[in-house]
Amino acid sequence: MKEALDLFSIVAICAGAFFFFAGTVGLLRFPDSLSRLHALSKADNLGLGLVVLGLLPRVAGLLDGLRLIAIWALVLLSGASTAQLIGRALRRRRDAE
Amino acid sequence: MSVLQILDIGLAVLVLAVAAWTIGARETFGAVVGYVAYGLLLSIVWIRLFAPDVALTEAAIGSGVTGVLLVTSGARLKAAGKVDAIATPRLSLRLSAAAVAIAAAAALAFVVLSLPAPAPSLAAEAQQGLAATGLGNPVTAVLIAYRSFDTMLEKIVLLLAVVGVWSVASDRFWGGAPAPLGRANPDGALVFLDQILVPLGILVGVHIFWVGADEPGGAFQGGAILAAMWMIAMIARVSEPPCVSSRRLRLALVAGPAVFLVAGLAGLVIAGDFFAYPAGFAKPIILFIEAFMLLSITATLPILVAGPPRRRSEP
Repeated sequence: MKEALDLFSIVAICAGAFFFFAGTVGLLRFPDSLSRLHALSKADNLGLGLVVLGLLPRVAGLLDGLRLIAIWALVLLSGASTAQLIGRALRRRRDAE
Repeated sequence: MSVLQILDIGLAVLVLAVAAWTIGARETFGAVVGYVAYGLLLSIVWIRLFAPDVALTEAAIGSGVTGVLLVTSGARLKAAGKVDAIATPRLSLRLSAAAVAIAAAAALAFVVLSLPAPAPSLAAEAQQGLAATGLGNPVTAVLIAYRSFDTMLEKIVLLLAVVGVWSVASDRFWGGAPAPLGRANPDGALVFLDQILVPLGILVGVHIFWVGADEPGGAFQGGAILAAMWMIAMIARVSEPPCVSSRRLRLALVAGPAVFLVAGLAGLVIAGDFFAYPAGFAKPIILFIEAFMLLSITATLPILVAGPPRRRSEP
């Protein structure tokens, strides 16, 4: 049982790290701001979500697990909101030009 | 070399690289973004040095509030068309500034590197006196008990900063309100963020203040989070900066230092010394003082960001 949970942690955290890596590559390589924004939010949402998922079997108690999930939810909220705000600012600038 | 050591060296290199990038940045906004990233990285460094209290303060004040201050002042400079005038100081000035900075850094590095091993520390003494205060967090004990006078003076400095900002107001706007922080028609996403994040943030801010007695946290960190929530509400135009003549605002600004000073003077009468807390009552008095400091910090930081009054007070 313990080995299965460890394997689950390793797979989930590695998958999360992959999304962070892919998001960073996208941020550096994508041609325009909107697609860079898209790459960045994938790293935040999926990458951190998978890392949190991988850490959940390893927490000491229920409260720590809830804290991890709350951190992920807050990052989701702020990431999605700022992506919206940056996207709309870009569109306003494009309309103005 | 262990994995953690490699990560630490990577972190140090990253901090230096971001610092160099921030200095080299051409644009004000880019430099501010670099500075905020630098502050967040520094707070990770503090965590690695096992100083979570400093890390919290660095993230909240050094990176968060200072970042907002710099972004707003950058935008105001740009609006006033004054960015170019200050962006290119003379070469001699730049060279002498660099020389002073390098000399200061070299002196600091020399002092740190020539410290005896183990480095001198008052940690054991701080831990010893902890029982008398009833607190569990030695950092809070240092701030509010061992060197409470310094902490009170720091709060008065914050008050002086507000006076400094207000003193550049023009006469006809005196008593009025600062300009709104956000645009006239805030984005729906911003209002949504405000509605979801602010209630949660208030809870987190009060929690960090409350656990500060026994765990990392305290009035400064909690107050900075509460201040950030007020600023988000102001940027989303859910709340407007209050008039500088508002009695409630002024009471909130002076409450922290005033209660602190009164508690210190009361110590002179009750416990026989300035800022002495009577035995057995230290912890409730400390939490009482911190609660008012939380209020003052929450009020002071957004008022500093909002700037001097720009609108006439409404009759």
